[in-house]
Parts: sequence; structure tokens; C-alpha cells
Amino acid sequence: MLDLDPGKYAAFVWPAFAVTVAAFAWMAIDSLLRARRWKREVERLTREGE
Amino acid sequence: MFAFLANPDRFMAFSRWAAPMFGILAAILLTAGLWFTFAAPEDYQQGDTVRIMFIHVPAAWMAMFTYVCLGVASFLALVFRHALADAAARACAPLGAAFTALALVTGSLWGQPMWGAWWVWDARLTSVLVLFLFWLGYMALRAAIDDEAKAGRAAAILALVGLVNLPVIHWSVVWWNSLHQGSSVFAARRDSGMHPAYALPMATMVLGYMSAFGAMWLVRIRAEVWRKRAAVLALRAAGS
Repeated sequence: MLDLDPGKYAAFVWPAFAVTVAAFAWMAIDSLLRARRWKREVERLTREGE
Repeated sequence: MFAFLANPDRFMAFSRWAAPMFGILAAILLTAGLWFTFAAPEDYQQGDTVRIMFIHVPAAWMAMFTYVCLGVASFLALVFRHALADAAARACAPLGAAFTALALVTGSLWGQPMWGAWWVWDARLTSVLVLFLFWLGYMALRAAIDDEAKAGRAAAILALVGLVNLPVIHWSVVWWNSLHQGSSVFAARRDSGMHPAYALPMATMVLGYMSAFGAMWLVRIRAEVWRKRAAVLALRAAGS
């Protein structure tokens, strides 16, 4: 059974998990956006060069 | 394996399917790891704060592991002048910095209720802070020099110098009196090792973190390859 009540330690446990989720979200989104941006740039320059 | 992937075209073909595979694996492992984290029993001394361990320890290990990756990529880029190794080093830095920051922040959030302090100038904490400063220094140095080849070489030398800090981090709890606990996951003594109830969530989260890093690193290296191709194409377009 899941124990989602950290009791008196909630003020420490939840921020630790929140900051971890935020960091993972930033790493994943920034990586994907960066890749998409440069892929599109290569495609645009290739089209213009043809 | 490295010789095979050293070719950018082969790397792009490999990473096209490897990155999403690692991503899916990471999503499964992290979901299961979070479930195991909140299903694990409270620690008899630390209470519910023990759950922070399952995100703090993997982040701290990843901070060091990613720096080893940076060191290897920097060495290959510096010695063999390999463009893909340089791209791998550059792509690794923001991820390594994020994992190191996570280790510091989650450690602080665990330290306050257990030690009564958000921060102490303890050998382990200070050496991890130095690691974080190496990450920031690496990225700042690359951004500060306009000539990309020179920036890559200077940053690679800085990265290799920073490798000295890794054994200091690892052995800091042995070499100095430390508030930070010693190794417990791989403790040699059976009575000071991790309880099996905590080993499953820990192992799952560590594998989840590694898979996530693998996926994001591959995606960022792909972005670097495209960025360099775009620079070449832009130069050609300007010359014609």
C-alpha cells in the first residue's frame, strides 16, 4: 500500500520530489526543443541550398 | 562500439531508435521506482524523510557518473580531435549540472530535518559543491570563447582537471570526520548495509535515472550534430 502522508516531514519530502520532477521536466523538454530547433534549421538551410 | 558510433551518420542512425528506447525504459523504471519509494516502510529513525534517499542518492551518483562521461568525451575530443566526442562533452554539461544541483538541493532538504541544518561546510557537501562549480565553469568557458575549437580544447582541459575531484567526493566521508553518512548501499559490513526493503526502490530509481540520462544525452548530442551541420550549411550559403 502506498504511504503518501509524510506527516511532520511533508515540508521537506514534497519539495524534494517537486524540484526533482521540475529538473527532469526541464532536462527533457530543453533537450527535445533543442534537437527539434536545429533539425528544422538544417532542413531549412538544405532546402534553400537546393 | 565506440569506433562504430564515432561516425556521425552511424551515430545518428543508432540514436534515432536508441534515444526513444531509453526514454521509454526510463519512464517505466521511474514510474515503478516512485511506486516502490512510497510503498517502502518508514525508517525507524528517519521516518518519512527516508523517501528523499531514493531521489537524492541516484542524483548524487549521476552527478559523478555524468562527470566521468564528460571526462572520457573530453579526453577523446582533446587527444583525437574527434568532433562527435566534443559534441558529446558539450551535450553532457547541462545534464550533469542539473543532476549535481538536484543532489545538493535534495540533500539540503534531507539534511535540515535530520541534521538540523540546511548546509554545513562538510567535506562531502563541499566537494560536491566544487563539482557543481566545475560544471558551471565548463559551460561558462565554452560560452566565453568565440572560436569553437579553442573553446572546446580549453573546456576539455578544465573537465580533465576536474576529474581529480571525483575520488575526493567518493572518499571524503572516509578521509575526514563527516556529518554525511558513509557508504551504505555497497557497505562491506552486512550490518551497516542497506535493508532489502530499501534496495528495490533504490536500484529501480538508479536504473531509471541512468536510462533518462542516456535518452536525454543522445537527444542533445543529436542536437549538437545538427547545430554543426547547420553552421556548415550557413557558411556554404554565405559563400555562394
